[in-house]
Amino acid sequence: MDLGLNEEHSMGTTIIGVTYNGGVVLGADSRTSTGMYVANRASDKITQLTDNVYVCRSGSAADSQIVSDYVRYFLHQHTIQLGQPATVKVAANLVRLLAYNNKNMLQTGLIVGGWDKYEGGKIYGIPLGGTIIEQPFAIGGSGSSYLYGFFDQAWKEGMTQEEAEQLVVKAVSLAIARDGASGGVVRTVTIDAEGVKRKFYPGDELPLWHEELQPQNSLLDILNASSPEPMNI
Amino acid sequence: MSTQMVEVPPKGGFSFDLCRRNAMLAKKSEGAKAPSFRKTGTTIVGLIFQDGVILGADTRATEGPIVADKNCEKIHYIAPNIYCCGAGTAADTEAVTDMVSSQLQLHRYHTSRESRVVTALTLLKRHLFNYQGYVQAALVLGGVDVTGPHLHTIYPHGSTDTLPFATMGSGSLAAMSVFEDKFKEGLTREEGIKLVTEAICAGIFNDLGSGSNVDVCVITKGDKEYLRNHLMPNPRTYVSEKGYTFPKKTEVLLTKITPLKETEEIPEARDDMEE
Repeated sequence: MDLGLNEEHSMGTTIIGVTYNGGVVLGADSRTSTGMYVANRASDKITQLTDNVYVCRSGSAADSQIVSDYVRYFLHQHTIQLGQPATVKVAANLVRLLAYNNKNMLQTGLIVGGWDKYEGGKIYGIPLGGTIIEQPFAIGGSGSSYLYGFFDQAWKEGMTQEEAEQLVVKAVSLAIARDGASGGVVRTVTIDAEGVKRKFYPGDELPLWHEELQPQNSLLDILNASSPEPMNI
Repeated sequence: MSTQMVEVPPKGGFSFDLCRRNAMLAKKSEGAKAPSFRKTGTTIVGLIFQDGVILGADTRATEGPIVADKNCEKIHYIAPNIYCCGAGTAADTEAVTDMVSSQLQLHRYHTSRESRVVTALTLLKRHLFNYQGYVQAALVLGGVDVTGPHLHTIYPHGSTDTLPFATMGSGSLAAMSVFEDKFKEGLTREEGIKLVTEAICAGIFNDLGSGSNVDVCVITKGDKEYLRNHLMPNPRTYVSEKGYTFPKKTEVLLTKITPLKETEEIPEARDDMEE
């Protein structure tokens, strides 16, 4: 049985970034896999770039960590030179420059999200290849394939912070249910004018979906019942 | 957004697809040998307990199917307060840990401060990333510094994880199963050493690439203890008490010694006339 333990460390992943009325919510699962083995079941894929800008990482773990490290360093210098907090647009463009100029060697998809005083809450998606696209919401990673339809239906403009957080947690848990390379816990980071809040949803507190639900009105329950009850449909 | 496809896991059993082609190749070019693989035979673990960090490793070094060293040291010194277990190519783990250890020593002279685990982590991950995974070193780095106890895993491609308990190497699955069952936060020193030993033993007995003895290293604030061969569950049994004697097979009949002599060339007498 070859589990592919010597393959590169990659994050199957589901990552999401969503804007709401006043800020952004970033969400991710926590599974890092090497081949078919889960190398880390509780990893943190949402890393800090500055006080007000965070990035969700997907794809190769090494590549995404190195890119975040470099961008954090450049942004730190930029903040010192500028004299005020960096904007989300600058952070996203720094990520994009690294991703585009090294596109042959990198394999990582990133979602940059944050809040600044000029534009408010903003989400930028930077997929493989180094495109930068500003979006009201962005999804990425292998689990995102299962969420396109869900977001088309569930997304709406001008949500509140609670609605946005609930949407993100629901979406990540749906992807975890269907994508083998996503799993573990759901981590969210909410960024608004006041600051940053991290939340953690352990696996057993996530909503259940479809086959994971306990069967109701199963034939066995009816057969084993002491007195025959009429079935309710 | 991802360009990856969802892969179907391989079916079990032997795949006979390439046998005919391999046989043809072997016959054709006078036995073109199939490339042999080198397993990263090792079980290395680390965990954080209430006072610091405990690292553990087995002691078998393999060269293909052969055990090259029955009692090698896989827990490498990085700094007085930082140690690193290494799995993968032995030369790579030795070289990279020695290199970072000397860089940290120079850094200590420069800053007059105790080294921090994150410094070692960054030096190692940058080096490994720069070599894009060709430096096959998978490491479990642990230590205690002014900011507290830390445990990290570093993969050959340069990615790192920070965890309360970690395992690496071919025996990592066996060791991880022990940790997932019995680990809890705030273990005492004795409990921690016992758990680490159990995890390494799981690797030693269930993984072909790991074996021999258990090494343990306990690092706490201001103190470290390297328990070399803490447990030796594979002693050499059935050693004959008589010792070994080898019967004489060939009988000596005659001994003659002729010392080497200088031979002199004596020109022989010649009759023919010389000008």
